[in-house]
Amino acid sequence: MSSRCLELLFLVSAVVLAGCQREERRFSEPPAASVAIRSVVQSDIRPGGAPPPPSPAFAYDSNAHAISQGKQLYEWFNCTGCHAFGGGAIGPPLMDDQWIYGSDPENIFATIVEGRPNGMPSFGGKIPEQQVWQLVAYVRSLSGQVRKDADTARSDHLFTRKSESSMGNTRPRPASPPPQPPP
Amino acid sequence: MGDKHEDSSTHRHPTRKLFEIGGRRLGLLAVAVLAALWVGGPLRAQQGAAQWPMPAGDFANTRFSALQDVTAENVSQLKVSFTFSTGFLRGHEAAPIVTSDTMYIVTPYPNVLYALALDEPGAPVRWKYEPKPRASSQGVACCDTVNRGAAYDSGRIFFNTLDNTTVAVDAKDGHELWRTGLGDIRRGETMTMAPVVVKGKVLVGNSGGEFGVRGWITALDAATGKIAWRAYSTGPDSEVLIGPDFKPFYAQDRGKDLGVSTWPRDAWKRGGGTVWGWISYDPELNLIYHGTANPGPWNPEQRPGDNKWTAGVFARNPDTGAAKWFYQFNPHDLYDYDGVNENVLMDLEIDGRMRKVFAHPDRNGYLYVIDRETGEVLSAKPFVHVNTISGIDMKSGRPTMVAEKKPVVGKVVRNICPHAAGGKDWQPSAYSPTTRYLYIPHQNMCQDQEAVPANYIAGTPYVGANVKMHAGPGGHRGVFTAWDVAAGKAAWEIRENFPVWSGALATAGGVVFYGTMEGWFKAVDARTGRELWKYKAGSGIVGQPVSYRGPDGKQYIAVLAGVGGWAGAVVSANLDTRDVSAGNGWGGVMADLPQHTQQGGTLYVFALP
Repeated sequence: MSSRCLELLFLVSAVVLAGCQREERRFSEPPAASVAIRSVVQSDIRPGGAPPPPSPAFAYDSNAHAISQGKQLYEWFNCTGCHAFGGGAIGPPLMDDQWIYGSDPENIFATIVEGRPNGMPSFGGKIPEQQVWQLVAYVRSLSGQVRKDADTARSDHLFTRKSESSMGNTRPRPASPPPQPPP
Repeated sequence: MGDKHEDSSTHRHPTRKLFEIGGRRLGLLAVAVLAALWVGGPLRAQQGAAQWPMPAGDFANTRFSALQDVTAENVSQLKVSFTFSTGFLRGHEAAPIVTSDTMYIVTPYPNVLYALALDEPGAPVRWKYEPKPRASSQGVACCDTVNRGAAYDSGRIFFNTLDNTTVAVDAKDGHELWRTGLGDIRRGETMTMAPVVVKGKVLVGNSGGEFGVRGWITALDAATGKIAWRAYSTGPDSEVLIGPDFKPFYAQDRGKDLGVSTWPRDAWKRGGGTVWGWISYDPELNLIYHGTANPGPWNPEQRPGDNKWTAGVFARNPDTGAAKWFYQFNPHDLYDYDGVNENVLMDLEIDGRMRKVFAHPDRNGYLYVIDRETGEVLSAKPFVHVNTISGIDMKSGRPTMVAEKKPVVGKVVRNICPHAAGGKDWQPSAYSPTTRYLYIPHQNMCQDQEAVPANYIAGTPYVGANVKMHAGPGGHRGVFTAWDVAAGKAAWEIRENFPVWSGALATAGGVVFYGTMEGWFKAVDARTGRELWKYKAGSGIVGQPVSYRGPDGKQYIAVLAGVGGWAGAVVSANLDTRDVSAGNGWGGVMADLPQHTQQGGTLYVFALP
């Protein structure tokens, strides 16, 4: 087998494997296994100047089933009543780049489970954890933070905005690093 | 003190101008006296036209000021006298309340009550009272965290907090007299309306029709805060306070426990019918009039039946709460057409006979004239483009619904007019006994709507509708209409770019005031609608203008600016309008509002130099 053939085989299997992950349906799994949770960080300032640990990859960001389940749950748990289809109403918009309590998966998870003082209800104990993670994935998709090919397509409902997958990426963008003082 | 100032005002106008009324010339003073007699009733006689003790000005809800220093001729010289920043940025829908030397303002959440010293230069803060409502209440306030104002009576100020308490404070020093909890934010209840004080009872009602709450009106003892009575808008007669005195005009409203039997099993327990609007009072008949809001959820398929006693108006005895009659504007409401808009009491000659009536511009786009003794509909005419109702059957009082506009699950119904906020929402109209016009601030809006299943989870929205709004015919989103009540038609109208979400004020000087969402505060000629003066405020105006005579003897006009409310949430809640359903359907149609105004919260007070 030529090295070119090997390369091709490698590429094809990589694509297939990635596809598997995208289409994978997890029916039961311990919550801890679904995502690596680090402590929920809400501030950019860390005393002592230590950089925050890098955010681990969120498996559901690339899982089409989880995102589409999340979309269903988003309506069933009445998220639409307060956040509309991402534009916000009683609650803040979820499709823009402003995140009061953080846009990382564990931040959104904590927001849903714990609630927030200015009106976000505490859904902890009401929604199974796995479904919360699915909601997290869908909420992240509203601001383009998930893998494009895993994103949900057009809605069956009244057309109120572009579909999740055709919306621009509005994830929060960090500014360029400031100049460092000379050593 | 009111009398003293009335005297001084006549001295200041030795060259009183005359103006035209239907070809006859009448002195302004004569008109004012007539007007005071007409509108005033006992309240005005007691407190004098100099003050503004409740948001509507008087028990009749006319919002008419008998003051006449500011006239159509001199209003162009109005200047800012002083301003005051409330420190908050959500929609400022409240009316300033004025007693002899103090102005009282309630802010949106966190409902701070300010007392401004009108007898000192620049009206500094005399005191402030902070009720500190629970922050979570913001999460169950459907349409911005607004408050519609306080009420003054016998040395006390009363107002409601977003987290369902009614508070009484001493008008002199601001110390809390009592505070009564009336509802539960965990069930989605809030309170946003302005109390009305009738015969020593503070009348208040709840909000939360979009959260499956059960609506009520409650009377509290003004001295102690103890609950005197509570009447629910749904459920068995004993809880609606329907008894032997209940004599509704129309047959469909007679029968036992209709508040239960016109609903699917138990649906009345989360059926809405909140009482978040205006209450008027007729001392002679000893009746109060209050509307009931939309049934919940919006999706009508989940609540077959007439859904009594929602989307209608009750006449009740203020002492006991006992219902005298009820009329339902929108049986089995399909479009969130609340019945809580103001009922403006007036006496009209109809077919040669004087009738005690009220005028009610409903969300459904019809202006009703109703006999306030019996509940009989005397006339009902559309004051805006309506395609959901083809007419009102005068025999049964029921609207004839247009079948193809009915919301259905799984279908998008296009171009429903008027939209969910109605031909007119909360923004109260004013009535001038001089012109006999009702000045109606309202909108010209339609919507596409899809009914979807609503899932009841206590403390979360219970709506079941996806909504996308657009401007009605003509493309203008707002209208300010002068409605000739006796003739049943518009005398004139002013088209505005945005919904006119502020209240109206009519004055004996022949000038009518209202504000726009861009921030223009306008004075127009009461007779013709000609614009006489305008001032650009720092933020859009959704408040209620009032007029009073200050301790210095001058006539003042006051209004809060600070855009918000349901229509202004695009700005006040910073919504993302790429989703046109944002803000329960307003996102797309108000996408241009941020180019015209920003958040604010400032009182503006004007006077002649």
